[in-house]
Amino acid sequence: MTSIPTPGAKKLGLVIDLDTCVGCHACAVNCKEWNTSGHSAPLTDFNAYQDHPQGVWLNRIHTYEAGTGPDSRTVHFPRSCLHCDDPPCVTVCPTGASYKRAEDGIVLVNADICIGCKLCSWACPYGAREFDDDQGVMRKCTLCIDRIYNINIPEQERQPACVNTCPARARHFGDLGDPDSAVSRLVAERGGFDLMPEQGTKPINKYLPPRRRPAPTAPAKAPAPPGGNSVLRWIDRVLSR
Amino acid sequence: MNPAFSVILLTTASGAGYGMLAWLGVLNALRLLPSSPWFGVAAVLVALALSAIGLLASTLHLGHPERAWRAISQWRSSWLSREGVLALLTNLPALGFAAAWLVSGRATGVTVVLGLLAAACGLATVACQAMIYASLRPIRQWCNPLVLPNKLVLALFTGAAWLAAIVALAGAPPRIEAAIGLACGIAALALKLTYWRRIDAQPPLATMETATGLGAIGTVRMLEAPHTEENYLLREMAYVVGRKHARRLRQIAVALGYVIPGVLLAAGTAAGTTPDRVLLPLTALLGLLGIYIERWLFFAEATHTMALYYGRKI
Repeated sequence: MTSIPTPGAKKLGLVIDLDTCVGCHACAVNCKEWNTSGHSAPLTDFNAYQDHPQGVWLNRIHTYEAGTGPDSRTVHFPRSCLHCDDPPCVTVCPTGASYKRAEDGIVLVNADICIGCKLCSWACPYGAREFDDDQGVMRKCTLCIDRIYNINIPEQERQPACVNTCPARARHFGDLGDPDSAVSRLVAERGGFDLMPEQGTKPINKYLPPRRRPAPTAPAKAPAPPGGNSVLRWIDRVLSR
Repeated sequence: MNPAFSVILLTTASGAGYGMLAWLGVLNALRLLPSSPWFGVAAVLVALALSAIGLLASTLHLGHPERAWRAISQWRSSWLSREGVLALLTNLPALGFAAAWLVSGRATGVTVVLGLLAAACGLATVACQAMIYASLRPIRQWCNPLVLPNKLVLALFTGAAWLAAIVALAGAPPRIEAAIGLACGIAALALKLTYWRRIDAQPPLATMETATGLGAIGTVRMLEAPHTEENYLLREMAYVVGRKHARRLRQIAVALGYVIPGVLLAAGTAAGTTPDRVLLPLTALLGLLGIYIERWLFFAEATHTMALYYGRKI
């Protein structure tokens, strides 16, 4: 049923730290790797080894410049489904293929009954859904539902692939419906925010803002270099330790 | 938004079909149509054929057309589903209307009631079609209060033009139908011009700053896109070709879709019989072509908030 269920207490989602994300795209690559063989398989690619490769990705990493002058920042910005509490992509679905789970808040597509009308991708303000032209169905982030409940993999790996793989630990997974969970505390401490709140979608996923850097101070005066050649300078450095 | 041929054919053809059905039901109740029993059957079948062409065309853009029947299940939440349900349902009173006209004559209570019921169902289907677009909040050119009245008047305009053509072909003077078509055409053009003025003056729904949440740092610019090639999102929702030629296309749509059919309908209102057999069917076809361009622009000029993430203007 594409009507939104009464929201449950549990709201699984991601917290993405824009301060620590280094823009390495590893989360997007591991997402593609896992999901092209799991619940959403296949995530079709066209011309994968030729000119103009194209394909379905459930996670895309943008890079922005924010601000001007000495306070400007380069910010890497992973973009994927936000598993909204009020998901417009679900209510527009004419077949019931698009649905939100009451038990954990995950928004999914049932590819077996999706007719591929693409209306859900128009309804999502964030561009989180991508159409699979080969399979004729819509694809989206599943929050790695086939990992997080998978009893066949070690417990510490029961997290979304993007979270597992992030080398900067910029991605956190947990229950954002529980105010005492680690992710909820992180959001409270760091002032986590919603994307495009004016669209009224109430995203579960939160983004943490880049930290304010201390104002740049005048650079410390470097000591005057001692004279002499490089060997003498090395001896000077060793002796003055 | 990328204008898909099949979806635009759907809104153009089925709009004309349901509009024509609406006028058939209403004008019959007022006893203003030719009384021949075969006229009723032929006219209802033409109207249903137009709407069926549109609906069948719309299944062409589906990834899985064979599953299209599933689309009638979610009428509680989805306007697309409601459109499907009503489109199928409309056939019942419409076919009943034609049969009752043939068997019991056009003036009996059953015929009149079935005709009015078919008219209401047809217009409700058009309203659902409009709401599919009007309910999409990320697209400001669609999520606009003028979209629903615009679509309804457009259906009534093209429907009246088609009915005038059929009446003329049946050998009756189509004065009333042509006059109604002319009035609806003027109303449709006025609404469309107001709509264009509004969307041109409207500020964007969101900015790169709210889309990324980085507005506290300052203005946000795109430094690097996530991918070097196109993808589904850019093809489908960051379509820019139409916007480049929007002004010229608006002029063509106004001329072909509204002004020329309006003048021809006015001629039909004044004249009466023989020349209408050629002129009015031409008007109906020309009107559809013009409205097709207008509907194409409705897609091509629409911008989606998603494009902000790629640094595009919306």
